[in-house]
Amino acid sequence: MRDIERHTIAVLVDNEPGVLARVIGLFSGRGYNIESLTVSAVSKDEALSRITIVTTGTPMIIEQIKAQLDRLVPIHSVHDLTISGAHIEREVALVKVVANGAERRESLRIADIFGATVADTTIESFIFSLTGKPEKLDAFIELMRALGKTEIARSGIVGIARGAKAL
Amino acid sequence: MEQEMTSEPMSGAEIVMKALVDQGVDVVFGYPGGAVLPIYDALFKQNALRHILVRQEGGAVHAAEGYARSTGKVGVVLVTSGPGATNAVTGLTDALMDSVPVVCLTGQVPTHLIGNDAFQECDTTGITRPCTKHNYLVKDTEKLAKTLHEAFYVARSGRPGPVVVDIPKDIQFAECPYVGPGNVKHKTYRPQIKGDRRKIEQAVEMIAKARRPVIYGGGGIINSGPKASKLFTQFVKMTGAPTTLTLMGLGALPASDERFLGMVGMHGTYEANLAMHDCDLMVCIAARFDDRVTGRLDAFAPGAKKIHIDIDPTSINKNVAVDLGIVGDVANVLEEMIGIWKAEKKSVDKKAVAAWWKKIDGWRKRDSLKFKTDKKLIKPQQAIKRLYELTLDREVFITTEVGQHQMWAAQHFRFEKPNHWMTSGGLGTMGYGLPAAIGVQLGHPGALVVDIAGEASIMMNIQEIATAVQYRLPVKLFIINNEYMGMVRQWQELLHGGRYSESYSAALPDFVKLAESFGAVGLRATRPDELDDVIRTMIETDNMVIADIAVDPKENCFPMIPSGAAHNEILLGPEDEAEKPVSEDGMVLV
Repeated sequence: MRDIERHTIAVLVDNEPGVLARVIGLFSGRGYNIESLTVSAVSKDEALSRITIVTTGTPMIIEQIKAQLDRLVPIHSVHDLTISGAHIEREVALVKVVANGAERRESLRIADIFGATVADTTIESFIFSLTGKPEKLDAFIELMRALGKTEIARSGIVGIARGAKAL
Repeated sequence: MEQEMTSEPMSGAEIVMKALVDQGVDVVFGYPGGAVLPIYDALFKQNALRHILVRQEGGAVHAAEGYARSTGKVGVVLVTSGPGATNAVTGLTDALMDSVPVVCLTGQVPTHLIGNDAFQECDTTGITRPCTKHNYLVKDTEKLAKTLHEAFYVARSGRPGPVVVDIPKDIQFAECPYVGPGNVKHKTYRPQIKGDRRKIEQAVEMIAKARRPVIYGGGGIINSGPKASKLFTQFVKMTGAPTTLTLMGLGALPASDERFLGMVGMHGTYEANLAMHDCDLMVCIAARFDDRVTGRLDAFAPGAKKIHIDIDPTSINKNVAVDLGIVGDVANVLEEMIGIWKAEKKSVDKKAVAAWWKKIDGWRKRDSLKFKTDKKLIKPQQAIKRLYELTLDREVFITTEVGQHQMWAAQHFRFEKPNHWMTSGGLGTMGYGLPAAIGVQLGHPGALVVDIAGEASIMMNIQEIATAVQYRLPVKLFIINNEYMGMVRQWQELLHGGRYSESYSAALPDFVKLAESFGAVGLRATRPDELDDVIRTMIETDNMVIADIAVDPKENCFPMIPSGAAHNEILLGPEDEAEKPVSEDGMVLV
């Protein structure tokens, strides 16, 4: 299909049971894509949660997704970070690499280049922790895969708009 | 939501009663069971609310829908946990698709048993999440009253819809003070009522410039309230634009208005569909470009600019991309549009619109709803037409089931007022009409309420005859009996080589005896010369009546736009069918 766009959408919701199920059910029920979804309470009293969704679709579908989200009763606001201007996206990866000898030394060197930290080590393995843009994580993981047996855990993307304006 | 406080402690069950009364509820449709016994006990001890015992929970929701659609109030349902809730699911989905305000209270197993697969437990909020506008599980009696008031607010405001409140049994027993409705101010749910002024001005400009305008109105006009229909009619008269209505919108403009082209869509009139196809400006007012209306999307109104007014932002640009979308309540937006039109002394391009009407009048001359009568067999269209003609002097409310009879009713019964036509449009639920008629009759005790039914559909909720008889509701069942699931058969003829796979009505009951066995009155017409007498007897009988009208079993419903076809590929009769076979793309569509 033509005109497929990737959008990062931040959704502020009431932190109550079932909200996440409503959001996920909306995406599966209407056939929308979810590339990544994260959720956590964000207000001081834990009454509000922020869901960050990365989705793809034609401009018409993206508009639908935002309108459908906005229509859910416990949703406070929907923000399309992709169209609202410059924004920061970050993701955390924990990468376990099982390797010996030269491969093991190379994994540590590459980790250093990427600015990943060592979160755990044994004689034959490292767990690296890396924070950054998803593309950076992709590149790092691809290199690690070449060096030994790997296990990957990724957090999914969180995003926030640049500048002094706060939601 | 802000609440006013009162202090007397009462049980959760009593809170339910008080909240319903405070919300202006006078009738509740329901069925008791273990998990709602405390509420039924509270119901027993009061006189403000009337409870109507249905015979299956699905019937309760349809009855509440009929009540809501015909009165404009919220319909209320009370059912037990587990099967009570799951039986309600079809009705809830129906109410969601047709935007009917319903509050459904479901009993639930006590909170400490939730998740343990207790007797008659089901995940009610999980099951009903995609088929309600919103739902709640009340885990704290202190929140019960507030939740109930909020449920009514959500159900009736914005685009209306069904709301479920799941109430565990221990919450019904526990005591706490009651809080009243107060001023409803929801913290997150605030539908946009007022339209964007600049866009409304732009719409007026576009309409004034149009050469071949069409107004296409939908069920949202009815849902907005009687004022919206008045304004819509005024707007149509003011612009003089040809106007069509969807199945759900019938009655928003009097059918007798000369600007009314008849219903649009798959079984709409020739003139309505061709006008939609050839217009240069389509003004869609509170309709939703449903596939039954648009036909093939890439051939839908190819030369038209489109304006869409709707209270639900998700309806705009969902199926059809429009040039101007206005979010707001239709009454509000129409009022502003009319105001601007008058203030700026606007007028349509009179010469161009007159030429457009001339073209439309040519299509009208085809008389696409005409049918041939027969000396021996009653034609289904004839039965409905006579029902219409013989009830002209009365206040009549019509409900239907789903299928050919529904489309014939939409074509041949003509509605002058809103809220007099109750049919399952979006979901297409067979079995809707009888319970809906019960709900309508409760809202309009003196009126004539007729369910135009098919003999197959009526079997789906036939048990509700007992409900009508128990409460002496003189509902009339007018069964267009062709001994087929007629619409299924019609599609099998069109698409599947006439192989009538499972689409015949075998082992039908004798509807006259069936009526009598329930304590209702049974009538039958099998010949055209019996039809008028049966209709007259039916409407004059002050009791529930089943009129079994044996009609020509072979008759099909025309005009028809086959699935996957465009508006201008409309079939006018069986002779057209052979000439224009359905495309392969169309075959896979529903």
